[in-house]
Amino acid sequence: MTNVIEADHLGKHYRGTWALRECSLAIPAGHVAALVGPNGAGKTTLLNLAVGLAAPSAGAVTVLGGRTAGSRAALDGIAFVAQDTPVYQNLSAKDLLHLTLNLNRHFDMGYARARLGELGIPLKRKAGKLSGGQQAQLALTLALGRRPRLLVLDEPLANLDPVARHDFMATVMTAVAADGVSVLLSSHVLAELERVADYLILLSRGQVQLAGKASDLLASHHLAGVEELALAYMRGPLEVAK
Amino acid sequence: MTALTMSARPGNDTDLRPVPWRRMAWVTWRQHRFALAGVAGLLGALAAYLLYTGLPMHHAYAAVTACHPASSLACSNAIGDFDTVYWATAEAIAVLLQVVPPLIGAFAVAPVLARELETGTFRYAWTQGTGRARWTLAKLVPLAVILAAAAGAFSVLFSWYFTPFADQGLDTRLPPLAPLVFDLHGVTFAAWTLAACAIGALAGMLIRRVVPAIAATMAAWASLALAAGLFLRQHYLAPLIAHTPNLPGSAWLIGQWYTGRDGKPLSQAAVSQFLQGYHPTVRQVGPNSTQTDLNPVGYIAQHGYQYWVSYQPASRFWPFQWIEGGWLLALSVLLIAATIWLVRHRAA
Repeated sequence: MTNVIEADHLGKHYRGTWALRECSLAIPAGHVAALVGPNGAGKTTLLNLAVGLAAPSAGAVTVLGGRTAGSRAALDGIAFVAQDTPVYQNLSAKDLLHLTLNLNRHFDMGYARARLGELGIPLKRKAGKLSGGQQAQLALTLALGRRPRLLVLDEPLANLDPVARHDFMATVMTAVAADGVSVLLSSHVLAELERVADYLILLSRGQVQLAGKASDLLASHHLAGVEELALAYMRGPLEVAK
Repeated sequence: MTALTMSARPGNDTDLRPVPWRRMAWVTWRQHRFALAGVAGLLGALAAYLLYTGLPMHHAYAAVTACHPASSLACSNAIGDFDTVYWATAEAIAVLLQVVPPLIGAFAVAPVLARELETGTFRYAWTQGTGRARWTLAKLVPLAVILAAAAGAFSVLFSWYFTPFADQGLDTRLPPLAPLVFDLHGVTFAAWTLAACAIGALAGMLIRRVVPAIAATMAAWASLALAAGLFLRQHYLAPLIAHTPNLPGSAWLIGQWYTGRDGKPLSQAAVSQFLQGYHPTVRQVGPNSTQTDLNPVGYIAQHGYQYWVSYQPASRFWPFQWIEGGWLLALSVLLIAATIWLVRHRAA
């Protein structure tokens, strides 16, 4: 089976400190994978490396079955929604759709317009005038309109209210069900991940502590839920009986 | 599982056709049309002002040049009057235009990358299918070329405006190589604008914040322009040397010095000391008036000393234009290449 992300002894350091160290992992396609860990664990660094925004200081990372992260072929199949969903505040939703259309080889304009219609986001309104939840949905729509095979989301829920969180994840899960898009999302909101994530990567102090299918991990640790497992690891992996 | 959707296109990094340039052109236009409109407004307003003051001035100048006989007192008075009325405005315009290239570079180009980096939208822009090197190229190069071309077109209008003062007949004429106007004519105005854009692009990428990038662009441009005007330009070609005190007014004077009997240059102090011994002859020209024949140069020459000047003749205007345009173009290409390299290698 193809791996959507493969990291091999991947490391990244900024000004002398390692944000990520000796990270080796392979995330198979067809999962909603959650990257979990406390703040400063290296989640954003790992995602930036995967989408090619950062270059590795050590090791290598490939995506979508061996493509160099950040290469044109890799970017063609990956859509990324960064933390705080940055979109051009002075452009209208319609302009952002056209922008994304023109920045990619293919963009499903019909899907994107229909989606914004369902969400009740006016096409003519400037992105800066939309609510936080609407901006997040808009950024997600721009990403999904590209029909990616891997959707990467960095802390998508961090600044959203509970209703917006639910709606955001509903959009993601609809795309997963309809297109089989693989998802990699980082979060420290554990409760939200419980229902959606079927693959877990636990990151702490720049290193991978644990990675695998959620069901396997839970079974082998005799734990009932993802949240419990993650919390146990965040407090210190030694406390968990192997 | 959904592995099926994955197997369709295995790692085919090479045979993927890139996003066409014309689509990027739309993006560049859509996101920077207001900056382009701002520059068009600025140059348009300046052009309107040049026409508004230039048309009556050229009218008046035509009358001055038609004055006959040219050597008469009336004609030289007419030239003087023309000067009094129009020179101050022309000089002020020339000074004002010096800041146009850095304004364009700082306000239209420096924010292109700086704003993306400051607001975080680069995380959107640089992860789209176009790829960030191509994205950067498609933004910076058309913007820089369009802005430089607009500046070049504007400088043609300025050349027309300034013709009366480039003429040899007027007292306030400036040598065409004079620092005040050399970089507003020919190819250099466009080249300096291009350089300002390239500096702006690099400053935006290095500094990553809009306002400091704008300030840095202006400062860097000003230092470069000063260095070029004060130190570089006079050395583009070796200056000509003559020992006449009467250079044509169109020549750009670089230096002047004396040599002694042994042919070696004299220090200013030595010349002053020597001149202490000079007592000009005083002639009685009337019952109560005398006339002093001041001719220190002649006195110096009699004693085997020589006065030398080095200068750049007006005929070197175009060679100098191409030399300055050439190195500015090379510098701009280098700076934009460096910017794209940084975008590729130093993103997050």
